[in-house]
Amino acid sequence: MAGFLRTEAGKGLVLSAPASLYVGFLVAAPLGILVAYSFWTQTYVEIDKTLTWANYLEAATDPLVRHLLLRSILIAAAVTAATVALAYPIAYFIAFRTHKKTLWLLLITIPFWSSYLLRVFSWKLVLGFNGVMNSALISMGLITEPLTFLLYNEFAVVLTLAHAWAPFAILPIYVSLQKIDRSLLEAATDLGLTKLERFIRVTLPLSVPGIIAGSLIIFIPTVGDYVTPSLVGGSQGKMVANLIQVQFGPANNWPLGATLSLVAMASVGFVAILFVILATALGRRIR
Amino acid sequence: MSTPVSEPLNKPLSAAASKSRRRPLRFPWLLVYAIGYLIFLYLPVLLLPLFSFNDGTIVAFPMKGFTLKWYAQLGEQDTLLQAMVNSLIVGAVTALVATSLGLFAARAYVRYRFRGRELSEGLVMLPLVIPGIIVASSMLVLFISLGLKPSLTTVILGHVFVALPFAVSIMKSAFDDFDQSLEEAAFDLGESVIGTFRRVTLPIVAPGIVASLLVTFTVSFDEFVLAFFLSGNQPTLPVYIWSQIRFPAKLPNTLALGSLLLLASVLLLLTAEYFRRRSAKSA
Repeated sequence: MAGFLRTEAGKGLVLSAPASLYVGFLVAAPLGILVAYSFWTQTYVEIDKTLTWANYLEAATDPLVRHLLLRSILIAAAVTAATVALAYPIAYFIAFRTHKKTLWLLLITIPFWSSYLLRVFSWKLVLGFNGVMNSALISMGLITEPLTFLLYNEFAVVLTLAHAWAPFAILPIYVSLQKIDRSLLEAATDLGLTKLERFIRVTLPLSVPGIIAGSLIIFIPTVGDYVTPSLVGGSQGKMVANLIQVQFGPANNWPLGATLSLVAMASVGFVAILFVILATALGRRIR
Repeated sequence: MSTPVSEPLNKPLSAAASKSRRRPLRFPWLLVYAIGYLIFLYLPVLLLPLFSFNDGTIVAFPMKGFTLKWYAQLGEQDTLLQAMVNSLIVGAVTALVATSLGLFAARAYVRYRFRGRELSEGLVMLPLVIPGIIVASSMLVLFISLGLKPSLTTVILGHVFVALPFAVSIMKSAFDDFDQSLEEAAFDLGESVIGTFRRVTLPIVAPGIVASLLVTFTVSFDEFVLAFFLSGNQPTLPVYIWSQIRFPAKLPNTLALGSLLLLASVLLLLTAEYFRRRSAKSA
């Protein structure tokens, strides 16, 4: 044993063990208990530990659950698409068109380091009926009545999250663009490709790993986002996290909440894997 | 922000790009877009401090007079001060624990080749990609089952979990730039293992440690969803703010408090960035 601890493998294992055990325990144990809860039922404060599929049946048949889950996935997909599309030109700009890379990267990450709750809150102030945007447009004389379609809907949720997740899309895409061997681009030009062709057939496919990484890191947490739908989503923009919170809070039905968490996680995983397969295939095809 | 604006289109990087530069003045669409994007990123965030000085309770144009009263009122609110203390405790303990765990793990990842290294490296990054609501709800269930009442302790346990990936990646880059032969030299000159670590390794990676402490503190200080589920009747600052957001009358105070938090986060992070750079340079 003492001999093993002096080997490279032993030292590595021992040093990394506390961190991996900590994360491993806090991933596995809650998940295990969540699974257990999902097969139990609750009447007021009593937990009935007879195993049953009732919660899953309820989750599968309740139209509200299906509706919110589907909407969460669609909103998350829209957020991912919007964020990546808006972020790509910035990543491209930083990778190819400026020498002040560090300054630009810093400028882009600074707002992200402010509290997420506060950033969402400021969008509520911007988009509100008596909010900044409406009052500014009115005092400039552009509109006479406040615009009502700004806040409390899916649009507000997508806009707010596209803002909140910006660096998560820019950084991975920037990294993959930065890694591209510049001589490949020269070769493409020498072989007679126009700039647009060169972008579509060389640059874009080579940046697919960055796009995939950015998309996943945005899509997965967005499906389970709680703050944004609560603050700017209104009743139209509610998502599955709001329903989960209700089960653990006011409705006090933990087994159903546990089931919903698991179902949400499984759906996210499924969509994410599907996306990776599709994006990888697409990246290969255009090349 | 004026520096990049006044900056002309920069020298292109490749021969292919320099060909296009010879063309007469091309309109820098991308630069314009980039500046527009920065405005989109900064404008909403800067509204909080802007309106926190506004002498009115409604956040709308035209603005009324300038006032500092919303800031002055913050000092009189006991629940706010208590929440602040709670957040500071949680942040400090989280930073210490996450950075220590990250320090050892990162050292193992960079220095040693062992079975399960990739698995372990992947595992500690996992908290980044699990939706917050699922982490929060499942931890609540776990802690209650273990007999741990929601409190600052449970918040700390949760925050260490979410802060760990940040600590590990910062410490990894600190060790990446670290020249191993320095340790070997100290060892050959008769230092013990612990002595080498304390007198050679630690001072060199110290800027990385400071950066990690600051970043993990900020992650914890700003975190809301976990604290919302796990804090019980000991709210942290974000949970307190959440409770105030519903009251329009409290809005100006919330803006003032939010502005102070923004300022604190940005200052902490810029300091962290400074130390991170120093650790990269010293190697």
